[in-house]
Amino acid sequence: MELLSGADMLIRSLQDEGIEYIYGYPGGAALHIYDALFRQDKVKHILVRHEQAAVHMADGYARASGKPGTVLVTSGPGATNTITGIATAFMDSIPMVVLCGQVASTLIGEDAFQETDMIGVSRPVVKHNLSVRHPEEIPEIIRKAYYIASTGRPGPVVVDIPKDMTTPNERYEYVFPKKIKLRSYNPAVRGHTGQIRKAVDMLLAARRPIIYAGGGVILGKATEQLTELTRTLGYPITNTLMGIGCYPASDEQHLGWLGMHGTYESNMAMHHSDLILAVGARFDDRVTNATEKFCPGARIIHIDIDPASISKTVEADVPIVGPVDAVLREMIGMVKEAKQKPDADALKAWWKQIDDWRAFHGMRYETSDDVIKPQEVIEMLHRLTNGEAYVTTDVGQHQMFAAQYYKFDRPNRWINSGGLGTMGFGLPAAMGVKLNYPEDEVLCITGEGSIQMNIQELSTCSQYDLPVKIINLNNQALGMVKQWQDMNYESRHSQSYMESLPDFIKLAEAYGHVGIRIDRKEDLEPKLREALAMKDKLVFLDIYVDRFEHVYPMQVARGSMKDMWLSKTERV
Amino acid sequence: MRRIISVLLENEPGALSRVVGLFSQRNYNIETLTVAPTEDETLSRLTVTTTGSDKVIEQITKQLNKLIEVVKLVDLTEGAHIERELMLVKLKASGAQRAEIKRTVDIFRGQIVDVTSTVYTVQLAGNSDKLDAFIQAVGTTGVLEVVRSGVSGIARGEKVLSL
Repeated sequence: MELLSGADMLIRSLQDEGIEYIYGYPGGAALHIYDALFRQDKVKHILVRHEQAAVHMADGYARASGKPGTVLVTSGPGATNTITGIATAFMDSIPMVVLCGQVASTLIGEDAFQETDMIGVSRPVVKHNLSVRHPEEIPEIIRKAYYIASTGRPGPVVVDIPKDMTTPNERYEYVFPKKIKLRSYNPAVRGHTGQIRKAVDMLLAARRPIIYAGGGVILGKATEQLTELTRTLGYPITNTLMGIGCYPASDEQHLGWLGMHGTYESNMAMHHSDLILAVGARFDDRVTNATEKFCPGARIIHIDIDPASISKTVEADVPIVGPVDAVLREMIGMVKEAKQKPDADALKAWWKQIDDWRAFHGMRYETSDDVIKPQEVIEMLHRLTNGEAYVTTDVGQHQMFAAQYYKFDRPNRWINSGGLGTMGFGLPAAMGVKLNYPEDEVLCITGEGSIQMNIQELSTCSQYDLPVKIINLNNQALGMVKQWQDMNYESRHSQSYMESLPDFIKLAEAYGHVGIRIDRKEDLEPKLREALAMKDKLVFLDIYVDRFEHVYPMQVARGSMKDMWLSKTERV
Repeated sequence: MRRIISVLLENEPGALSRVVGLFSQRNYNIETLTVAPTEDETLSRLTVTTTGSDKVIEQITKQLNKLIEVVKLVDLTEGAHIERELMLVKLKASGAQRAEIKRTVDIFRGQIVDVTSTVYTVQLAGNSDKLDAFIQAVGTTGVLEVVRSGVSGIARGEKVLSL
């Protein structure tokens, strides 16, 4: 029988869970845990400069690897600083466990120093949270936390650990449970065969079908099945911002991504379709535009692990609750066995129509002889990294340009805060990826507004030698805010101009990194090459881009999917 | 439309706050809420009455089901069911009023459970409409205090909500 203190049990449980890295920041209520961490070397701790960054690091790792990330912070401000990160992970269904210190159980409720009701504060933005009430519960709680975080529709789980649960000289028997079973939590393991058959019949009878795939395909590790089904059927496919990489962007059947800043052809194809197969997507308002005008002629099949995502905003005709990989596998089998084949003439006419849309617009922007366009920076990065880099972004115009012009052929490489739209996400997320995939190129595409929301992490990058490449598309403004002000507020640029920008080059150098400024078009390619050649250096590329560029296409507010601005002057 | 949703919940600290929190986070109504442990002390039974369109009610039940601590739930209003609410009312009762109130209490099959020279405390059980009707019948001017338990409900017949 092995006797361990609560703190040692906690760290041992992380070891037994197979956790290699945790990201965090120490403080009073977590000190017993940090001491236990010090006395072993299997679980490695990365010290960030702000707790929010620890969560985004864990999140970046989780998105790249498909495995849960882990965070350790103290009570009070340590815990509350994680909230934005937790909410970010929650909105995008990212598996994560956040371990928070708490004041001793005897002090809870007395407004003790650094006391916050973290269970209460985090409740709306977690999949679940758990509180330790007896030290001997710790192994089971940890096992449960990872189980809940990573099964079903994944999400963040917070564990609140009062300091007296980790007291060093109180030892208990350590038993790490092999299996967790919860009577109240049983995620679906397969879809309903009758529903799947009904869906397949509809799919094969469709004349203008489209597949609409979301982040659930990547989270559910179903990209192979999705690709096989799409190719077997020969149908057009589009995906959401979160679904980027779930189907190769370079493939002919791929129409690009859809929604507010999606491609003309994917939005047009959605609007005019007669059948939508939605896979692991949630009909978000940034996709559907006005729901009452959404795809008027389409019947909808919706596959999702989360029943609450089905018919939440748009009514599904055939709901299928289940893991996307299992459901798609069953679908592929039925499609292959079916006597009925898709109507070749109808499909041909549909593709002809789609190709016309592609020819009409496609993705394009006006180039300039003297100003650097943000889009061309992304296209060049795509070329110089062979489309194989991990790309994290912050939030705003640069995020949309990156999503539009860096064509991903693989899942888990596009890493952005889609649901919550968290500025400050990009750098720490890139760090989490680089730490775990040191051989791969990791780009953080950002803007001068976003990067300043977690710029202190340049220090963490020095400490742990994390040579990410920061691509700062500097337009000296909060570009997306400014774009909306141009479009909806007669160009009254209320608080969207950034005065007093730091000298990013000197700032990068102050942290021990390399800074390169690019403000002439002819320097763009040589300097990007120079930066990418510095494999072991963090390079901060401060690139001065067109200050007046807008992101297009852009859906017209409160319109249908087909109502779009294609440039500052063209509206369809 | 008014619905009665009955929930079996793990009897754990914080479970109730998750249910209540869900309603406010997602902008759903709670009209009444009752909760107490069941014969199995690891489980609580919670009854919530709410209003909303079919679509909203469907979301409420799905979102409730997603809560890790919710074991099972049923929308009682989908089938035949019995609903009861308990009310305790303090009424001004002096002089000639006393006999009149007593008669009204009898008509509603309530009981006077406490008496002073000027006050009757009445206990009444029934569906919510009946309790409303009683208040109306005695007239609000005589009412000193009202306590209502909120609705409890159970399905008719052999259907049970259990593990």
